[in-house]
Amino acid sequence: MALDKTGIAKRIAQEVEDGFYVNLGIGIPTLVANYVREDIEVEFQSENGVLGMGPFPFDGEEDADIINAGKQTITTMPGASFFDSSMSFAMIRGKHVDLTILGAMEVSENGDIANWKIPGKMVKGMGGAMDLVASAENIIVAMMHTNKHGDSKILKKCSLPLTGVGCVTKVVTNLAVLEVKNNQFHLLERAPGVSVEDIQKATEGTLVINGEVPEMNI
Amino acid sequence: MINKKVKNVQEALLGVKSEMTFMLGGFGLCGIPENAISELVRLDVREVTCISNNAGVDGFGLGLLLENKQIKKMISSYVGENDEFERQMLSGELEVELTPQGTLAEKCRAAQAGFPAFYTPAGYGTEVAEGKETREFDGKMYVLEPAFKADFAFVKAWKGDAAGNLVFKGTSRNFNPNMCGAATITVAEVEEMVEVGELDPNNVHIPGIFVQRIFQGKDYEKRIEQRTVRQK
Repeated sequence: MALDKTGIAKRIAQEVEDGFYVNLGIGIPTLVANYVREDIEVEFQSENGVLGMGPFPFDGEEDADIINAGKQTITTMPGASFFDSSMSFAMIRGKHVDLTILGAMEVSENGDIANWKIPGKMVKGMGGAMDLVASAENIIVAMMHTNKHGDSKILKKCSLPLTGVGCVTKVVTNLAVLEVKNNQFHLLERAPGVSVEDIQKATEGTLVINGEVPEMNI
Repeated sequence: MINKKVKNVQEALLGVKSEMTFMLGGFGLCGIPENAISELVRLDVREVTCISNNAGVDGFGLGLLLENKQIKKMISSYVGENDEFERQMLSGELEVELTPQGTLAEKCRAAQAGFPAFYTPAGYGTEVAEGKETREFDGKMYVLEPAFKADFAFVKAWKGDAAGNLVFKGTSRNFNPNMCGAATITVAEVEEMVEVGELDPNNVHIPGIFVQRIFQGKDYEKRIEQRTVRQK
């Protein structure tokens, strides 16, 4: 069965390693924080100026001055710090953040990503996504494999305006875990009960299948 | 001590005119200069350019200036929270320059620090880089981005003193420090004006040299956009 958003977040959480500073985008990536192993030390960075984000506050304890990049009220962990926007992006642009997890509308086999604009329909802006993808070396994209009409979002070439070029290293979808390498998608894992054929059918970009493809362990 | 204190928002915004360019601090509604925005609405200045990460929401923050059709051009990184904004943008009434968030912050900081421009990797290969100079350093491509030029910067701090020293709280810091000293005149509004000498010099976030006018703000609403809580 294909994963839901929570399932995608749970699988991505397995990519988070001890000692990582992690930037989570808005949407599915935000959920990842809930499923990171408890026996490792991880610090979450939010681009609006906090390192060491904690869980949502208890009802009545929310503070208008302490929010995340999604404008949600948050708390901080012991050892947290606040800083200005320029310093926040110094962390990002300067490659001090170990892992970036963000959503996408499309990705292509050479690692391009599109997630900020649908010409004539939707222009919300890129926020910090262009800065993140231009500098991060370890970028995981969380997304659905196809759109609601069943068209693939895992493409040979993105059709939407790009956010960044040749930057995506891994994609976790409701169907599969894909590695982006040598201008191809390499199928690493299948969602439980999803066949290689299902994934092949839902993938427009070049898909490399090497031997037996294991199921995700969630 | 050089005194930067003015008695109210009216005095703080003396010289503000139509067709000027303003920088406004804040991320979403967090840390926005609420008093300065209200005064801009009252002054009814027109055809202004606003540099601000976001454009407020309908009925609050920069949304108030948008509703009043005072803004000619917005320079922002993310504008997804405002229906009136979207309407004006799609109808062509409002000019919009979307800029990557880190680039936006650095274009402020560059103006503050005296750099005319800088190279950033953000936006390379995208429409953001169209028409801009690009250059390779160590095998990677970068885009040349100029510093902003603005007439006024409006910032909001938690505490401040008559010397113009500022301290920010939590994530309401965001773009505010980067905009201080990045415009011809920087106006700081504070929640709490303290006596000179009360702020520990070790803990001053923005030294008064970057601020021309400071005043005690009032009636802060500090709206929360996404109140998100868990149960005990």
